[in-house]
Amino acid sequence: MEGETTYWQENLRLIFISLVIWFVVSFGLGILLVEQLNEFRLGGYKLGFWFAQQGSIYTFVALVFWYSAKMNALDKKYKVEES
Amino acid sequence: MDELKLYTYIAVFGSFALYFAIAWWARAGSTSDFYVAGGDITPLQNGMAIGADWMSAASFISMAGLIAFLGYGGSVFLMGWTGGYVLLAMLLAPYMRKHGKFTVPEFISDRYYSKTARIVAVICLIIASLTYIIGQMKGVGVAFSRFLEVDYGLGLGIGMAVVWVYAVLGGMKGITYTQIAQYCVLIFAYTIPAVFISLQLTGNPIPQLGLGSTLADGSGVYLLDKLDMVVTDLGFKEYTTDNMGGTLNMFAYTMSLMIGTAGLPHVIMRFFTVPSVQAARSSAGYALVFIALLYTVAPAVGAMARLNLMNTIEPAAGQNLEYEARPQWFKDWETTGLLKFEDKNGDGKITYVADAEKNEMVKVDRDIMVLANPAIANLPNWVIALVAAGGLAAALSTAAGLLLAISSSISHDLMKGVLTPNLSDKNELLAGRIVMTIAILISGYLGLHPPGFAAGTVALAFGLAASSIFPALMMGIFAKKMSGTAAVWGMCSGIGVTMLYVFQHKGIMFIPGTSFLGDMGPDWFFGISPNAFGAVGALVNFAVAFIVVRFTGPAPTHIQDMVDNFRSPYGKIEAAHDH
Repeated sequence: MEGETTYWQENLRLIFISLVIWFVVSFGLGILLVEQLNEFRLGGYKLGFWFAQQGSIYTFVALVFWYSAKMNALDKKYKVEES
Repeated sequence: MDELKLYTYIAVFGSFALYFAIAWWARAGSTSDFYVAGGDITPLQNGMAIGADWMSAASFISMAGLIAFLGYGGSVFLMGWTGGYVLLAMLLAPYMRKHGKFTVPEFISDRYYSKTARIVAVICLIIASLTYIIGQMKGVGVAFSRFLEVDYGLGLGIGMAVVWVYAVLGGMKGITYTQIAQYCVLIFAYTIPAVFISLQLTGNPIPQLGLGSTLADGSGVYLLDKLDMVVTDLGFKEYTTDNMGGTLNMFAYTMSLMIGTAGLPHVIMRFFTVPSVQAARSSAGYALVFIALLYTVAPAVGAMARLNLMNTIEPAAGQNLEYEARPQWFKDWETTGLLKFEDKNGDGKITYVADAEKNEMVKVDRDIMVLANPAIANLPNWVIALVAAGGLAAALSTAAGLLLAISSSISHDLMKGVLTPNLSDKNELLAGRIVMTIAILISGYLGLHPPGFAAGTVALAFGLAASSIFPALMMGIFAKKMSGTAAVWGMCSGIGVTMLYVFQHKGIMFIPGTSFLGDMGPDWFFGISPNAFGAVGALVNFAVAFIVVRFTGPAPTHIQDMVDNFRSPYGKIEAAHDH
């Protein structure tokens, strides 16, 4: 069971990192800090507005694929792939 | 028959014929086919099917309209309905797939070794799904009556018949393959008008970039700046900063929609259809790509529709449109009652301002924005016809997924799981089909006679999923010692608090005047609106469950072993998938 625990701990670490990013781009940049970010511009977009209506969604997509790839590698490392 | 109607008939009935052909090709032969499509859908296919399943009449028809009028505040829907997939992909889907059962209540019943937990889950599931279906059925009726000018009831009947054929025959297998086709129809129908409009306004064919570009009229002004200017001149709140009910409300609203999304059973059960844990993880990614395609276009559709509407009514400051010279789409929507004009100052011109005393556009229903958008922008008739087929595809695909969730929870969880455990595979399949037929009839009836509370039910569906199902599933996976007793206490208190808050604001079962705690003023809990309260309910659920487990002791060891088993992709799958 030694190996299992570490697999799970590494998984928890990945989830933690992902959820921090998930929180920062949506709740952080899109809602809590929106006024400060709106001082900056991305083309015609105010930056905070862009994160709320575009940027957060792109980040979510990238996050899910990143997590999925990392976990597949982790499955291989601990040899827990499905039989 | 005019050209537009002819094109619409071709688009709508052509797409229906396609769905039937697919349903016939993918008939279900076993319970495994019926509930989980035999468990061998590829992640890419599953992603598309989830996309169609997820994007309902609300996403297709209502969301961009909401954003058009809420501006920045509409972001809660964009972030909430996509961010939930991040939670699903990391916190729920892979483990539930590994455990390998057919339904969400079944997972809850195994993990919490409790029939009570299973029944609570079934009840939440049925309420959440039924309230959701009413909206889809209404969408079908509206699309038919507006575009094909058939009677609302007849349109609804045609929609029911179509769903019946492919959902009852095909089960999850038929539904999944049909949804792939429906995804293609709906995404084309959504993006093509958006590309045209973006080109017209900004010269950039990609709506996501067009929204951040300068206007094509040579003024060099950014589209969003122009929109801010136009709406604030008329007394409306600034488009890009109007935050719905304050920062805390936006925060709670987004959180509720995210965890509600991750807790909706008809979405979760899609992850049982893929062949492996790895495929469950990547399915969520593909699903999010396909969903993001529509969700990143929606803010462009909303902002551009608002700008076009404003420009039509007041082409230049002070030069308002003569009512007699109003365009055809204006007249069309007036006949539906969703658009109303009242000449208050008697000058024969249309005044559209924020001030309710002077405003003459007394009703502009938000739901018409997407449907009227191509006509407002003078797009060719075939584009308008495509939008009708897309709206129907969105409504039908979601309705089918929900019907499957309801029928599986009744035939598999209640009948096979609790009432008649020795039901044979063949009879269970028959029972599933009968239950689904009954569910179609009930939802059709409710669509024809929508109960007064239909409008308030979104809060109910997401509130239930967020406050009960999501916390129960998450603790089941991440808190190994969480016991059945504690989970049931948690679920019931989560639902209790949420329902109390929703009913206190909107009346018991949405009957006005039955608020029972006296006048508290709207949104009294730190300014959080009822729709946003699911997040608070979820917190209550977590807190109660952890307190109760401290006093009543942890789950038995064989359950903890089961948790260890589904935390790792390796090893025995307990599923009935492989037969």
